[in-house]
Formats: sequence, C-alpha cells, structure tokens
Amino acid sequence: MTLIQKAQLKSLWVVHYDCGSCNGCDIEILAALTPKFDVERFGIINIGNPKQADVLLVTGPANHRNKEVLLNIYDQMPAPKLVIAIGTCACSGGIFHNCANVLGGIDKVIPVDVYIPGCAVRPEAIVDGVVLALNKLAGIAPVEDEEELQ
Amino acid sequence: MNLISTLIAVTLALATPLIGGLLAGVDRKLTARMQERMGPPLVQPFYDVLKLWGKESMISNRLQPVLAFGYLGFALIAAGLVTFQQDLLLILFMTGIADICLTTAAMNAKSPYSYIGGRREFLAMLSYEPVMLIVYIAIFMVTGSFTVAGIYAYGKPLAMVLPLALIALQFVLVIEMKKSPYDVSGSSHAHQELVRGVFTEFSGYTMALIELGHWAKMATTLMILGLFWAPNPVISAAISLAMFFITLVVDNIYPRLTWQSMLKTTWSVGFILVLLNVVALVIGGVII
Repeated sequence: MTLIQKAQLKSLWVVHYDCGSCNGCDIEILAALTPKFDVERFGIINIGNPKQADVLLVTGPANHRNKEVLLNIYDQMPAPKLVIAIGTCACSGGIFHNCANVLGGIDKVIPVDVYIPGCAVRPEAIVDGVVLALNKLAGIAPVEDEEELQ
Repeated sequence: MNLISTLIAVTLALATPLIGGLLAGVDRKLTARMQERMGPPLVQPFYDVLKLWGKESMISNRLQPVLAFGYLGFALIAAGLVTFQQDLLLILFMTGIADICLTTAAMNAKSPYSYIGGRREFLAMLSYEPVMLIVYIAIFMVTGSFTVAGIYAYGKPLAMVLPLALIALQFVLVIEMKKSPYDVSGSSHAHQELVRGVFTEFSGYTMALIELGHWAKMATTLMILGLFWAPNPVISAAISLAMFFITLVVDNIYPRLTWQSMLKTTWSVGFILVLLNVVALVIGGVII
C-alpha cells in the first residue's frame, strides 16, 4: 500500500445531496458531525464542494427531476470516489417506490457502493456505513455476521 | 553569508509548507478541543494533501495548474527572502503576486462562486497590504532600513519600540489565515453562501498545491511577526505562536463578518494604531 493510498483512507471529504428526502436522514447526517460522534477525528469533513469530495452521501429517492442533478454532481467528483445511499428511500425508493414520478433508489441513476437502510438512519449506522466504504476502498471484503444470518 | 548559514536559510524556506502544515494540524486539534471534540490527528493536513495529490486530475482550464504552481512558487520565494534577510517590501510584493496567481486562477474558471471568492480575496488583499506597508514604513523610520538584516542589526527588540504595530499585524494574520471574523473569501464553513469561495474550482493536485502555498504564506507571515524580537529565536517563536493562538481563539468566538467591516476595521484601527505608535516615538525622541 503506497503512502497516497494510506492517506486516502485517513481523509474522506464528504458532499451531501438531498434528492428530495423528508430531512429526517439529513438531520442524522448532521448529527454524525456533532461533537458527540465527531467524525472529524477520522479525517471526515463535510466539504460541500463535489470537486474536492471523495464521498457522495445521498438521501431521498431519485425522481425524473433530480436525476440529472445527481448525475451532474457524481460526474464532477474526481476518482477515486464513493457513493453512499443513506436511508430506505435512497436505497430502494422506500414508501415512495410506486409513485408515478419516482424512479426508485438512487442506484437507478448512479452506481452505489454502500447502502445504509433505516427510516431515519441512526448516526451510528452512518458511521458504520462509512467504515464499510473505507474497507471497500482498502480492498477488504466485508465481514458478514453469520449468527445474525442464521 | 557563509555556506552553513546559506544552507540553513534554504532549508528553512523550503520547510515553510511543512511548518505551516503542522501548524494547520495544531489549529484543527485546538479548534476541536475548544468545541469539546477529540479532533483529527496532528498530521491530518498532510493526509489531506497526499490524498488530493493522488486524485484524478480535473482542471477547469490549462492556465489553472500553471497559476497553482505559481502560487506555491511565489510563496516559497517570499519565505526565502525572509530567511535570506532581504527587503521587506520585496517580500510584500512576492506574497502579493502569489495572491494574484490564486485570484486569477479562481476568476478564470466560469463559476460564480469561484468568481465571488476571487473578488473577495482581492478585497482581503486591499485590506491587509496597506497595513503591512505602513508597518514596514514604521520599521524603516525606526531602524533606517527596509531589510530584514537591518532589523537584526538594530540592537533592541522591535516589539519594545513598535508594540502597537504588532497589534495591527494581528488583524493581518487573521485575514492571511482566512479565519473568522474575516474569512470572507474562502471559508470552509460557508457552504450555502460560497461553496468554497476562491478554492471552489481547484481539485486534485491543484488543490494540494494551493494548500501547500497557503501554509507557506502563513508560515512566512508568522516569521515576519517573529522579527519583532529578532535576535532571540525562542522569544520570536513565542510571539508568533501566541499570535497564532489568539487567531484561533478569535476564530472560535466570532461569526463571519462582511468584507465592508473587514476593510473598515483594518484601514481605521490598523492605520491609527501604527500612526499613534510613530507619533509617540517622534515625541519620545526615538525617531528624529
């Protein structure tokens, strides 16, 4: 592992896009940035600029209106980049899945690396999901909890 | 200048980005502690720059990388002029050219946020450069020389003679470090208003260069503050670090103000402080 690859794991800059979520998940994302959870100790910053970001956090379902905006933000991010779908709506469309204007989960528009389900997701789940994303970046396969599967 | 002192000066000038980066790490740790957080590790800024260096290159136009290299280059030249004890005015011009590289690169890209950031960066330069110039003129009136070597030759510490000028330079340091209340051009906390201001259009390795250049400029400014107790390196470093700490405290307790108040405060308070100091010295008979 080179020094640059090591640095990529220690410094994730985040940009957050709301695809029309109810703001429940957005508030939980902000809660993860507060002193209690303090993700900055892992080098995670909410940068607000797709050109400098490594991770795209998306909340809410994709629809015909916002799919171009979502794709535009994704295209503006330089590689290597990760996409995390936060909340049930972003994962699958949630309770909006059969609405006429809704496409479904954001994976209908852009490739997604990590899905974090929940309505609304808990900040702990978001931190856990970001760690999963880091493992993917480092090339470590996710450990499946076998007891829970049985 | 013999070989050893030349080598020390070159090393110190090239180490300014590293010193600045370490201070940026201290800044993030202290800011986190002031907000009752753990804070990132001390070398976090270096992780950030290495990561930015390894990212895909996405430049807005071909002039942008040239100007990013120019920003770092001129910042390093300014640092070198300080360590080689050259002219203070030349140092001011070199940091000015470095800033012009940054603003030109920002205003070249067709982005409204980058454009607003560039314009506000020009206003920041308009605020602090006259104050620095008038402080340098006061130093010339005291020591009879515009060079750093002249300050070293002047027996007494400058902070004893020009204490109010040092206070005026505190405002300059806040603007130079892009900290609240004067972080109007490229704040990292103004997403809704500016995105990233003057840094918006930089990404990947150009952003890494801009970060390194910014640290070099910050370290240069701190070295200039250290000149106020020139012969003694320990007290010099103590003065610079104390003013660095004051900047962090002010950053954490003040909100971001508008550029109008930045211009008004620096031009009124900065100028009046330096003029009062010079008038007092003339009355006291230090300046004839």
